[in-house]
Amino acid sequence: MADQGKVDPMHQFEVQKMFDMFHVGNHEVAFTTSAMWMVIAGLLLWVFMIGGMKRQLVPGRWQVAVEGFTGFISGMMNANIGPEGRKYTPYVFSLFMFILMLNVLGLMPIGLFGAHPFTVTSHFTITGVLAILSFAIVLIVGFWRHGLHFFSLFVPHGTPIWLMWLIPVIELVSFLVRPFSLALRLFVAMTAGHVLMKVFASFIIDGLAASPAIGIGVGIPAMALMVGISGLELLVAGIQAYVFALLTSLYLNDAINLH
Amino acid sequence: MDVQAASLIGAGLAAIGAGMAAIGVGNVFGSFLESALRNPAAADGQQGRLFIGFAAAELLGLLSFLIAILLYLKAA
Repeated sequence: MADQGKVDPMHQFEVQKMFDMFHVGNHEVAFTTSAMWMVIAGLLLWVFMIGGMKRQLVPGRWQVAVEGFTGFISGMMNANIGPEGRKYTPYVFSLFMFILMLNVLGLMPIGLFGAHPFTVTSHFTITGVLAILSFAIVLIVGFWRHGLHFFSLFVPHGTPIWLMWLIPVIELVSFLVRPFSLALRLFVAMTAGHVLMKVFASFIIDGLAASPAIGIGVGIPAMALMVGISGLELLVAGIQAYVFALLTSLYLNDAINLH
Repeated sequence: MDVQAASLIGAGLAAIGAGMAAIGVGNVFGSFLESALRNPAAADGQQGRLFIGFAAAELLGLLSFLIAILLYLKAA
């Protein structure tokens, strides 16, 4: 391996133990930085929602912000599922807000004050559990509403009879891949963005360590790029949360209305 | 060629896929914008489909990035 810089871009993803909790068999269950950031996200979300749920007739700024989010998600559910989707709006809304809050919290520049932001969604275990939750709800809703008729999902309308040996197999595989693609997309998008930012940050640090001239020559363009990429990452944080919620609603639509 | 060098070359080759996905994502948004300018009234209703297309195109690029990073970390 060529010379590794002093800055390890993967170090930021290490989960550190904060204190022990209990043991399950031989497995240690500890309170980690990951868990701490999830608790922080949950608390912030709780404060955000409480502050905006005053139901004033003339809404203030805060209430408009909360209603903007709720209206956005319920509009999406209505457009994708129809009136049947109202029941599942709370789940998709919590999913969207939780992922959005975790993504944005991971980007906060609080490293300036000595705290270390940690992007919980950059771990496949977390996004995997969220994706399995969505997938399980799709399966439960599908089998509960349609029984074994749910399997007709694998036979799209108008499939020619001589293709019956192929199309259901393809549909089955694409159905089973859903939780993986859902989880992978969020996890890799967040990981990639944070690695990119740390690589640019290491340009500045390594440049300054080499010599002041190189530090200024490399550092200023790298810093300018980092500011731009931070903005892009904020966009990606929003889009990834939206895409997760959107795909969940589409999969729910499959389970509720079949094809 | 030793395995480490081969892994690093493979990581570089896999990263090409990320650039290909960039073409795909650009295609999705470009086509959307092109047709949205032709018929702005219908554009808002298609935003969900826009993001489905974006998500599908992006996923494939992210997969190639994942392969690249796995190979890179294996070699590192």
